[in-house]
Amino acid sequence: MSGLPQIYTAHVFVRLKPGVNDPPGATVAAGLRDLGFDGIRDVRVGKIVDVELVAPDAATARERVNAMCEQLLTNPVIEDFEMELIEPQPLKLSDTAW
Amino acid sequence: MRAAVIVFPGSNCDTDTHHALAEVMGVPTDLVWHATPSLDGYDLVVLPGGFSYGDYLRTGAMAAQARVMRAVREAADRGVPVLGICNGFQILLEAGLLPGAMLPNACVEFRCEWVHVRVETGRTPFTASADVGQVLRMPIAHGEGNYVADRATLDELHDNDQVVWRYTDADGRRTAGANPNGSVGDIAGVCNARGNVVGLMPHPERCSETALGGADGRMVWESVLARVAA
Repeated sequence: MSGLPQIYTAHVFVRLKPGVNDPPGATVAAGLRDLGFDGIRDVRVGKIVDVELVAPDAATARERVNAMCEQLLTNPVIEDFEMELIEPQPLKLSDTAW
Repeated sequence: MRAAVIVFPGSNCDTDTHHALAEVMGVPTDLVWHATPSLDGYDLVVLPGGFSYGDYLRTGAMAAQARVMRAVREAADRGVPVLGICNGFQILLEAGLLPGAMLPNACVEFRCEWVHVRVETGRTPFTASADVGQVLRMPIAHGEGNYVADRATLDELHDNDQVVWRYTDADGRRTAGANPNGSVGDIAGVCNARGNVVGLMPHPERCSETALGGADGRMVWESVLARVAA
């Protein structure tokens, strides 16, 4: 189906770059050890941002979310991201403003 | 001479900074709302401390997108002195007006205490009246002041004389105990390549009169007022 806008959901996984200190991660690791979990080598804490957007096709959706990541969702000085784009659902009439 | 103190939703040092400039230093100063499109006519711009936008996403990230930031960028390009204090520093980093980024404090505690910082350069309008090596006693209050930058950026900061303050002990010695947040190189403040945009974690507005327990912060205001008047 080309030309018809669809609803895409992008799961954006934001992680600190390798080598960047992660004080919250180190604290969580210590907490897990305190709970008695053995073998904890490292814990890194990141975040997930789910973006739901309307786009004409997957390539455009991907491009837009990439731009969002570069401009606001991540700080490229310290963070990397990966994106998982979910198969679109057809746009229903009730989803539109017109 | 007219100063602007930018107010974002969640700024909480805006009126303290206004007080230090207007009442203590006697500078006509306006509180300027973040939706303001222009900063024409201002000779000094200060981004105050606080928790703009609740520190959502990352500290300073949302404020860096505010409409007034385009005007801050234009003022910086014109050579107007711009100072970011604490959250204001974080906003300037997120806006790309200063190099580097902030992480949560290495100790994972919110640190609210007096610290000592050593003036590393007199090339900025905010340190021009200070002696290099001079130690200032100022308060900090932050959870994310753990300054970080990649190796190339750190080399650049060093080569271009862009490190403005470092945490030291009272005698100006860099010791592990003097660094409150784990900042790389004990960095407490940096400037841009031109030197007119400066960010620091300590709060000069909270130590601009002796009634507050210290007045070392006056140096920052005296420097920039002398520079603007010159």
